[in-house]
Amino acid sequence: MLKVNRHAMPEQPAEVRRHNFEEVALGYDEATAIEEAKRCLNCPKPRCVEGCPVNIYIPKFIHAVSEGDFASAIKIIKEKSSLPAVCGRVCPQEKQCESRCVLGIKGEPVAIGRLERFVADYAREHGLDKIDADAKIEKNGKKVAIVGSGPSGLACAGVLAQKGYDVTIFEILHAAGGVLMYGIPQFRLPKEIVQHEIEGLKQMGVHVMTNAVIGRTFTIDELMKEEGFDAVYIGTGAGLPHFMHIEGEELNGVYAANEFLTRVNLMKAYTFPKAATPVYIGKKVAVVGGGNVAMDAARTAMRLGAEHVYIVYRRGEDELPARKEEVGHAKEEGIEFYLLNNPIRVVGNDKGWVTGLECVKMELGEPDASGRRSPVAVKDSNHILEVDEVVMAIGQGPNPLIHQTTPDLEVNKRGNIVADENGATSMPGVYAGGDIVTGAATVISAMGAGKKAAAAIDEYLMK
Amino acid sequence: MAKILDKKKLSPVVYELEIDAPLIARKCKPGQFVIVLSDPESERVPFTIADFDREKGTIIMVIQVVGNTSRHLCEDFEVGDEWDNIVGPLGQPSEMKNFGTVVCIGGGVGVAPVYPITRAYKEQGNKVISIIGGRNKDLVMWEDRMRAASDELIVCTDDGSYGKKGFVTDPLKEMLERGEKIDYVIAIGPVVMMKNVARTTEPYHVRTVVSLNTIMVDGTGMCGGCRVLVGGENKFACVDGPEFDAHKVNFDNLLERQIMYKDQESVEWSCGGACKCLK
Repeated sequence: MLKVNRHAMPEQPAEVRRHNFEEVALGYDEATAIEEAKRCLNCPKPRCVEGCPVNIYIPKFIHAVSEGDFASAIKIIKEKSSLPAVCGRVCPQEKQCESRCVLGIKGEPVAIGRLERFVADYAREHGLDKIDADAKIEKNGKKVAIVGSGPSGLACAGVLAQKGYDVTIFEILHAAGGVLMYGIPQFRLPKEIVQHEIEGLKQMGVHVMTNAVIGRTFTIDELMKEEGFDAVYIGTGAGLPHFMHIEGEELNGVYAANEFLTRVNLMKAYTFPKAATPVYIGKKVAVVGGGNVAMDAARTAMRLGAEHVYIVYRRGEDELPARKEEVGHAKEEGIEFYLLNNPIRVVGNDKGWVTGLECVKMELGEPDASGRRSPVAVKDSNHILEVDEVVMAIGQGPNPLIHQTTPDLEVNKRGNIVADENGATSMPGVYAGGDIVTGAATVISAMGAGKKAAAAIDEYLMK
Repeated sequence: MAKILDKKKLSPVVYELEIDAPLIARKCKPGQFVIVLSDPESERVPFTIADFDREKGTIIMVIQVVGNTSRHLCEDFEVGDEWDNIVGPLGQPSEMKNFGTVVCIGGGVGVAPVYPITRAYKEQGNKVISIIGGRNKDLVMWEDRMRAASDELIVCTDDGSYGKKGFVTDPLKEMLERGEKIDYVIAIGPVVMMKNVARTTEPYHVRTVVSLNTIMVDGTGMCGGCRVLVGGENKFACVDGPEFDAHKVNFDNLLERQIMYKDQESVEWSCGGACKCLK
């Protein structure tokens, strides 16, 4: 058999895309998708399925693609995932399904993520994912409230609606989608696609109530005792930004990545003054952190017009927690990696604006508990990196609003809700999953938790 | 959706709006705020709730026109029109108890948010002395409401065109110097006024609280844009506040942070017909 290499993803050239907010990856066309799908060996015991947090039957949908039967392909995916256009774009496939692909042992794995994205996009553009009006789901008369409309809440809602539950999603912001709307940039995940996936849930009968502050507008107790919900799923994510608690973080020009990205993504500050929300645009921007959020913030700063954008990270390149693909994209776009440097102070002028970031050089020592080599400060290596904007992308924690107003809900010392592997919390009928339980993780693991909890809620209510 | 049920012009730049918001009116407490977004491409802006009617399901907001968004909210919408989004109640409510003697201070449009707090302190059995002020007679607002909610009301204007001539801190200082017993002071108004109130009470060790209306985006603890230095620590005005110990707030940093978007604010903005306003 002729060996065919993995098909590259067509992309906007780096020189062009670093100045716009259009999507970076352009997606396969039909012919490329079919060719790539033909590479799949259709293993009898597919390990890729085990690698998928929601267990999409991958070889089956890829086989349908190889035959040009895209309508079947989307059906197979949607049996397991309610957000394929999102996951095809933002899942770390190289650590999940694709890492298990047999072809990957000697060569390159099948491009499962790119195929998933192709199928979802093709289905959307050709109306193949519309809900059949005749196939109306019979309601079972039970009501479930979902708190938070991020990936975990949406996945949970999808499963429960399919089973006939009357589902209402409560979202605190004015638009549903959670981190998919405020966090992940337009150039990685167009917001129109997120809204299309949410529309699909609405067609299934899911209600979405925006501007609802659970903990204030309604407490969890009130949802169950007064508003008639039989169960509640809490998927409020990791929304509270961390700062380093170093001198100067109060200066103008210092952002938490959450604020910087929310202004640009959710509030569309990149179109200012068409959209009314402004964002400060620095000439030299330091983004502190090495994860995906840091890459998103750095690439966003570049697109807004920065001349130099630095990723300041205290460990080395091998230790960057971000996806390789994101690091690669960032490098192509001219992001400068200022590695093995740890910020110790933000320097400002007498008007209260940032002028620099004082760093200490680091070297790698022994591996720590996480298995990564821990950084150690190099003596007398203090120096100032001249910048006029600093974005802190060092992680997010749980928002305390719900646990402050729900005394019976057990949380750990970090403020994460304590839940078992099915999402059950210390309160009967109250489930939780995603980042609010695990701390900041990925879109797909949050979706997996949402789906698991949906099954557990179904079991609990059908007892 | 938030329908405007009534609109009054209190001064050339200040509007009082009654908004249909039953879910907020049902739950809000003195000291809390809402965020308004008139259309998806507008700005999310926080406003402290000035009054509420639980039966009617309405809240009152008093807005001063200071920039594009506040002008849009006040001048491009009439009674019967709707803003796309309103969310609340947000923030921690004011601490409610019988402190003894409380002084409630409101400067300019700050009188509006201090009013429901004043009324609640009276209901708690406190002796309430209120001081309200404005630059001139036209800018003194809600005098009748504040009089009804207080045991004693002192009105001042910067130019002396009404009430006592001088700043709201002057009568406060006199009281403290006279040795009058004051157990608690709350002040809401321009940052400089709040800073001066803090300075006035500090030597007398009178517990003093200010309510900070910082720049915000989400107002729910998510962005960190509203952070203020309180006792040397970064606090989020939206979830840790909006009320803070006035003697610990770094007002100079707050003043600097308030002008972060000064350049952008001078750019003219219009909704371009994206919302349900008149234009």
